Amino acid sequence: MAFQILLNMFLGFTWMFLTASYEPIAFLKGYFFGLLIIFAFRRFFPSRFYLLRVFAIISLILLFLKELVLSNVAVVKSVLKPKLDMKPGIFALPTVLERDWEITTLANLITLTPGTLVIDVSDDKKILYVHAMDIEDANEAIDSIKNTFEKAILEVSK
Amino acid sequence: MIEIANILIVVFLLIGAFLSLVAAFGVIRLPDVYTRNHAASKSATLGVMCILIGALLYFYFIDGYFNPRIVLGIVFIFLTSPVAGHLIGRAAYNSGVKLWDQSVRDDYKEVSEKKKKLAEKVSR
Repeated sequence: MAFQILLNMFLGFTWMFLTASYEPIAFLKGYFFGLLIIFAFRRFFPSRFYLLRVFAIISLILLFLKELVLSNVAVVKSVLKPKLDMKPGIFALPTVLERDWEITTLANLITLTPGTLVIDVSDDKKILYVHAMDIEDANEAIDSIKNTFEKAILEVSK
Repeated sequence: MIEIANILIVVFLLIGAFLSLVAAFGVIRLPDVYTRNHAASKSATLGVMCILIGALLYFYFIDGYFNPRIVLGIVFIFLTSPVAGHLIGRAAYNSGVKLWDQSVRDDYKEVSEKKKKLAEKVSR
């Protein structure tokens, strides 16, 4: 990915010098055409086309914002309810992510969405212990985290 | 145009203030450290974020200049608040604060006890 971005910058500068105009807009134009060239030659690179990864990161951010708003509504509801009838608890969340930054990202995302909070990560980095404000069904919560956050992070790191 | 901007700014500020208020209520009402931590560290995140977005829009539409420091503020809130929430929860559990008596399950108990025993062995 780093190599492709570097190459793209290089193509942008090449365009700037070829057209002999040194404004930011010329660089952007060159960057765009360089992107097209890299896209055309994408199967000769060892890693996949880097724009796909950028899209994956953007979709991860959007997904996270959506979850943030939805679960904030849930917390507001349970705080303002006249009767405290929630069922808090700690459940174990097995994860397939392996690298440190992936686990950090997952833990931060889980903690930032209200209703769930990571208490600890097991020593072999396979299980996250998550405190949930309301576990109707722990398996359901595990499934929803696995299907949304974990999938999106895997999409970025693929 | 200015009218629409004004309405947007007011809506953001009101939502932010409301969420911060609910977070404060939550800290008072909820039964134990962990659930209070939920209210304090996260409803507050979105609340502060909404207020900052309102301020950003105000500077952009009324004063006509885009304030990058507010964007940085939002980013730093996102970076720091989950870490703080996580550390408070972890420190509370490991120093022996009990869960609320109506909590339904605790998968972390065994692991934590194992760790404590290990720590005692090492310290001996």
